[in-house]
Amino acid sequence: MKRFVGFVRKEFYHIFRDKRSLFILFGMPIAQILLFGFAITNEINNVDIAILDQANDVNSREIIQKISASKHFSIVDIIQQESSIKSIFKKGNVKAVLQFENNFSSNLIKEKQANVQILTDATDPNMANTISNYITSILKNYQQELNQTVSIDYQIVPQSRMVYNAELKSVYMFVPGVMTVILMLVSAMMTSISITREKEQGTMEILLVSPLKPFQVIVGKVFPYIFLSIINAVVIVLLSIFIFNVPVKGSLFLLGVESVLFIITSLALGILISTISATQQTAMMISLMGLMLPTILLSGFIFPISSMPLPLQVISNIIPAKWFIIIVKGIMLKGVGFGFILKETLILFAMTLVFMGFSVKKYNIRLE
Amino acid sequence: MGILVKNISKSYGKLTALSNISLDVKPSELYGLIGPDGAGKTTLFRILTTLMIADKGQATVAGYDVLKEYKSIRKSVGYMPGRFSLYQDLTVEENLNFFATIFGTTIEENYDLIKDIYVQIEPFKNRRAGKLSGGMKQKLALSCALIHKPKVLFLDEPTTGVDPVSRKEFWEMLKRLQQKGITILVSTPYMDEAALCDRIALIQGGKILEIDTPKAIVGHFPKPLYNIYATNMYGLITSMSHYEHTYSVFPFGEFVHYTDKREAMDVEEIKAYLVQQGLTNINIEATQPTIEDTFMELAK
Repeated sequence: MKRFVGFVRKEFYHIFRDKRSLFILFGMPIAQILLFGFAITNEINNVDIAILDQANDVNSREIIQKISASKHFSIVDIIQQESSIKSIFKKGNVKAVLQFENNFSSNLIKEKQANVQILTDATDPNMANTISNYITSILKNYQQELNQTVSIDYQIVPQSRMVYNAELKSVYMFVPGVMTVILMLVSAMMTSISITREKEQGTMEILLVSPLKPFQVIVGKVFPYIFLSIINAVVIVLLSIFIFNVPVKGSLFLLGVESVLFIITSLALGILISTISATQQTAMMISLMGLMLPTILLSGFIFPISSMPLPLQVISNIIPAKWFIIIVKGIMLKGVGFGFILKETLILFAMTLVFMGFSVKKYNIRLE
Repeated sequence: MGILVKNISKSYGKLTALSNISLDVKPSELYGLIGPDGAGKTTLFRILTTLMIADKGQATVAGYDVLKEYKSIRKSVGYMPGRFSLYQDLTVEENLNFFATIFGTTIEENYDLIKDIYVQIEPFKNRRAGKLSGGMKQKLALSCALIHKPKVLFLDEPTTGVDPVSRKEFWEMLKRLQQKGITILVSTPYMDEAALCDRIALIQGGKILEIDTPKAIVGHFPKPLYNIYATNMYGLITSMSHYEHTYSVFPFGEFVHYTDKREAMDVEEIKAYLVQQGLTNINIEATQPTIEDTFMELAK
């Protein structure tokens, strides 16, 4: 026990004396959560659009009125001829142009049909799609207002309700993802680097020629990072509750326990990486390329798994982050109990055992 | 309780690091492993400290087999690798404390053993190990290797990159440790340090050339040896290596060490030859062979 305490104390000296690792440990989580929370967002807010109103009559003006009143759009330009549409898109800041045909009102009244064209800049396809949907729904609303007095015989009225995130805030989606990425980064990368550092500096040689058992060395190296990762998890949850108002509907205790499980899974991965890499550089590259990218891309953090091609969907199953994100979303946003995330918990648990088994098998009691 | 090495061989792929090495180090002996870089010294150390497994042969350290009883060996030896291998971001005192703790002891418990060495670095105990000078680093590393009172001490090139004064102090310490009953196996590329050992093994290219006391090894030198001096050192060496009666010639400090092929050599004849080669200030006199001369002779 004394040995263990001595070892852990030494690890803390290493961590607190290395400014770089301190920054990764505590600066990065806060920076990431703030970045994802404020800057990176899927929501449409104040998108710049332009209007080409060839009709300039009652109805077209009413529609323009409605669009400019919505918080999603701001009208930055009124253009006069069709030929300027191209040049306005080329400038880049205007993302959509709304074009009303000549005699819009009279067509609407006499022919019972009037045309309006929505042109969107589809260099960002998701954005273009969303803009088009938003404008269409504004137009539909206006149409319903016009038809209030008229009765239509058959009518389907969709009543959609967004559950768990009624305001469609993207921060709700990012918090579980960022939390996963950060815990993975801190636990796996930092431990693999700290173990390979001992190899690189030759101190592993001395540790091997000592009565310390491999198990004691590993636990001693990993323990401080469990502790620090838990602090990180707490910081992230606090930031998301108090700054972004993300609710934690489920049990905080359950969230804590599941986080510790995921931290241990990541640590086991970190140990495994350290056993197969000889230098800190290699360990860092493997952690970044082999863990970070799949964690961000294939875990469902940013891109929904269900819309991936089948092979990638299969691969996503072996990514621990995927299961942890499901767990965190379940607890934080849906407020589910342990029973609903039992399967994911067991999968993470099994993965941890496998990683640890491999690490123990690969851990060298000698050099070579 | 010493070290016993029997027919040890080890190769890395095609490169043979050690071939059929045998030696025995008696309890509380100061034993030197003398040889140039790449001779296989570090490989032998790693095999004996259980860090590597030999391809062939057996070895015991302090009575324990290096393969089967590696755990017992790890408890009872001190090892100081060739490269400085302490934690550079920890202070002198923290390093020493750490190694004491992992061996289940304390600095106070074995202070008498490291006292002589540690008092010299104690004024710097709050300095980070990475900021110490070469000599102080070695003293700290030795203190750390000794803190658990090992029975056998392995020192792999402990004085490489250390100033001459610190080197001398270091060897004095080793002598004192030996008197406390610790068996010491030390490797060095410096021939002058070899004379300070009880016995030495000359090693080159993974093979042992000779094992004996430094005195006896010097006594084995087969021919009379001469110091030759001339103003132009380079001209002297090239002239002598083209001389028809030359058996061996190599630079030794400000002189050239020379042996002759013939039973009886004529000093005046060589002088005349060198004058003819355009050299000046020529001086030739007989000298005593050193371990380096013997090594060069054996390695021929």
